[in-house]
Amino acid sequence: MLHPMPSLGSFAILLALVLCVYTLFSGIVSLRALAVGRQLAVAPEALRETSRRAGIASFIAISCAAFALIWAAFTNDFSVDYILHHTNRDLPTLYKFSALWSGQEGSLLLWAWLLAGYGFVMRIRDKADITLHAYASTILSAVQVFFLLLLVFAAPPFAIAAGPLHADGFGLNPLLQYPEMVIHPPMLYLGYVGFSVPFAFALGALMMRYPGEKWIHITRRWTMVTWLFLTCGICLGMHWAYAVLGWGGYWGWDPVENASLMPWLAGTAFLHSVMMQEKRGMMKVWNVWLIFATFMLSILGTLLTRSGLVSSVHAFAESNIGNWFYAFLLIVFVVCLFTFLRQRDHLKAENKLESLVSRESSFLFNNLVLLTACFTILWGTLFPILSEYVQGSKVTMGPPFYNRVAVPIGLFLIFLTGVGPLLAWRATSLRSIRRNLLLPCLAIIVSAVILMITGLRPWNETDGSTGAIYSLVCFSLAAGVITAIVTEFLRGANVIRTQTGKNLLTSTLLLTRRNTRRYGGYIIHFGIVVLFIGVAGSAFNQSRELEMSFGDSLQIGSYKLVCQSYSQDSNPNYDTDYALLDVFHNGKKVTQLSPERRFYNASQQTSTIVAIHSTLARDLYVVFEGRNPETDKPIIKVFLNPLVNWIWIGVAFVIFGTAIALVPPLKPATRRAEATEDSHLGSRISNLVSETAFSRIATGSEAPHA
Amino acid sequence: MRKRLLHIALLCALAVPMLGAGAPGSRFDALGHKLMCVCGCGQVLLECNHVGCPDSDREITELRTEIATGLPDTGVLNWFVAKYGPTVLAAPLRGGFDIVAWIVPFAALLVGIGLVVFFIRLWRKRTPPNPNGQPEPQIDASLRDRIRRDTTY
Repeated sequence: MLHPMPSLGSFAILLALVLCVYTLFSGIVSLRALAVGRQLAVAPEALRETSRRAGIASFIAISCAAFALIWAAFTNDFSVDYILHHTNRDLPTLYKFSALWSGQEGSLLLWAWLLAGYGFVMRIRDKADITLHAYASTILSAVQVFFLLLLVFAAPPFAIAAGPLHADGFGLNPLLQYPEMVIHPPMLYLGYVGFSVPFAFALGALMMRYPGEKWIHITRRWTMVTWLFLTCGICLGMHWAYAVLGWGGYWGWDPVENASLMPWLAGTAFLHSVMMQEKRGMMKVWNVWLIFATFMLSILGTLLTRSGLVSSVHAFAESNIGNWFYAFLLIVFVVCLFTFLRQRDHLKAENKLESLVSRESSFLFNNLVLLTACFTILWGTLFPILSEYVQGSKVTMGPPFYNRVAVPIGLFLIFLTGVGPLLAWRATSLRSIRRNLLLPCLAIIVSAVILMITGLRPWNETDGSTGAIYSLVCFSLAAGVITAIVTEFLRGANVIRTQTGKNLLTSTLLLTRRNTRRYGGYIIHFGIVVLFIGVAGSAFNQSRELEMSFGDSLQIGSYKLVCQSYSQDSNPNYDTDYALLDVFHNGKKVTQLSPERRFYNASQQTSTIVAIHSTLARDLYVVFEGRNPETDKPIIKVFLNPLVNWIWIGVAFVIFGTAIALVPPLKPATRRAEATEDSHLGSRISNLVSETAFSRIATGSEAPHA
Repeated sequence: MRKRLLHIALLCALAVPMLGAGAPGSRFDALGHKLMCVCGCGQVLLECNHVGCPDSDREITELRTEIATGLPDTGVLNWFVAKYGPTVLAAPLRGGFDIVAWIVPFAALLVGIGLVVFFIRLWRKRTPPNPNGQPEPQIDASLRDRIRRDTTY
């Protein structure tokens, strides 16, 4: 039987593989020839150009394969085994797209597609430095070859289903039939895959002994965009878990969740420490290994969850592709180590750290804390295997472990978020520390006292839980960090207001436009702190469960839920049981909620759709758990989760801050034009900064506002 | 004035613990959050939300029974480990090698901090005080502040 679209898809993958292999080998040959000045039958530059073009063509080929799979999903081509197992006829159109990443083969195709997409953009924007881009392109093609080999030999997405043609598919996993699931996996993958680009540039720059720090400037946006995608992906996953899984939380420390957090932490550390290399030519070895580690952690996360090494409720466990990832990870490590050992003399620092109390050391401590958090998560994920090896029995590393170990580390990180930006490069004087830290410290003390007065008293917790003390510390530190950030904005805006005579708001906007990286960074820090505030609220979660029939009520906190009715509905995709509950707050009706429980016909699986009444103070989170088989009464579980909305608000700030940081700052010429009103001041400053010691202050080596 | 403010803040902080008591926590809740549901859902016992879960209801009943017998927390947890194996604990709490799980992350952090401090001190010693070899001009504090203000933004 002829299968045109699956055949096209398979052919496109094969073609992409051939093109990537060509990109890799022609890249190696041409770059080697250019490096040693050897003549080839064709000019090395021309060969390098064919390598680039083949890389671009590979994106088109993989796009064809992805299109063929999506087409097969939309046309219900159940001759394709993957489509048979991940879609059905009545699946809504939106979720037919999700089929692309709902299974092992499809998600690997998505990975390869995104990687090719990144490669495509990188290869068409090679004017900044053709040779460096050629190195990066060749390295990226090696990664592409790995994923394409997987698609050809280990997990072919276009395999034909055995036996007679099925009339309908087995359906998409119900948990994936939620709007966020249409964007969460691509976002997460854009994050994972995106780290391949800075990795390729870093390795390429090291291989060719690239002079200076230009490769960092070239990759900065790549890294930030990638980091943003990963952040969005993780947070969308949190929101999905919160809204769909129905256990009242958003983060369960599952190995799959941990796998996404590890490269995020390492990537965050890289984004910070790379600034030291840019500004002061320091930590070159550290930065190179940090980006290597970030890329390898992306691969390791995939290995952990797909090899069956650790069990996860939502992993593609026990598949046969684990060995491929082991081999790939080993090869990547060996190549990185070999290149580093060969070129390590190229990574000598131009400056050394001079003081324990300086911006540099705060970056170093920030890196240390982020990497300790990363290590803790890796340790927690792998400890069951170690325990089995040593003690002969597996253990569970669940939320109590991470809450007790990772939370203090997180609090230390918040502290550094506040303190770090207030310190000057090179060294900070005691006077400067006192001046910059006084207000934040006061904010910490005052907020702690107010919180204790208003009832947050950890010493009254008799069950030994540490949640309340952690929350108190988190809220107080958050107050300090927010004060520090606001103070920094106001201080800068006041200077501009004095110079230009504009109002405070305009001055703040101008200030941000002049140094988008720095003030975008502050907004990101603000977002992270707000996110932590939301997380700290979880120490005060409450829950109640009740069998409720018509007219029954349930009281939780200041909310009262009254059952109005139960009903059933059905559509071709699923049957649903839902409740209608009137919600009263302090005796006043505020809303009506209808939590659902769905039964999906194709997959014969159930899923919950949580109903949430969300306010800035708390979420009322209602789950229809099902019916008691003995009494047939519906079971309703209600959670009162304080401050959850602040998590999503914090994420919005992080996205906004990253967008600001990605915008190029106002050019000096524009800035000069704006400062004409005070031109005489400029000339005075020029005279002052011409002296060595003065210029040290002005360029930031002593000033806290560098 | 600053000292007085600090004293007031400290007094407030010390006075707060005497402002009454909060609600006592529940031992059942605490222990229920240290145990896993054994059905394979990967959730903490009191957070398992499967209707018709074959295990969580039974485990919860067992937990109530064991607490009622007057066993201390460790005794209750040991009873569950004896019945379901060590994976029933939501975190390794049995002592022995399990302690390593808790110590290693903090040890790594401490070693890291120690290394950072050590290297900064080492580098500081190696850095010449003034690379130009010229004495730095004296700058009074007000001028330094003005330069900062005028040049930073």
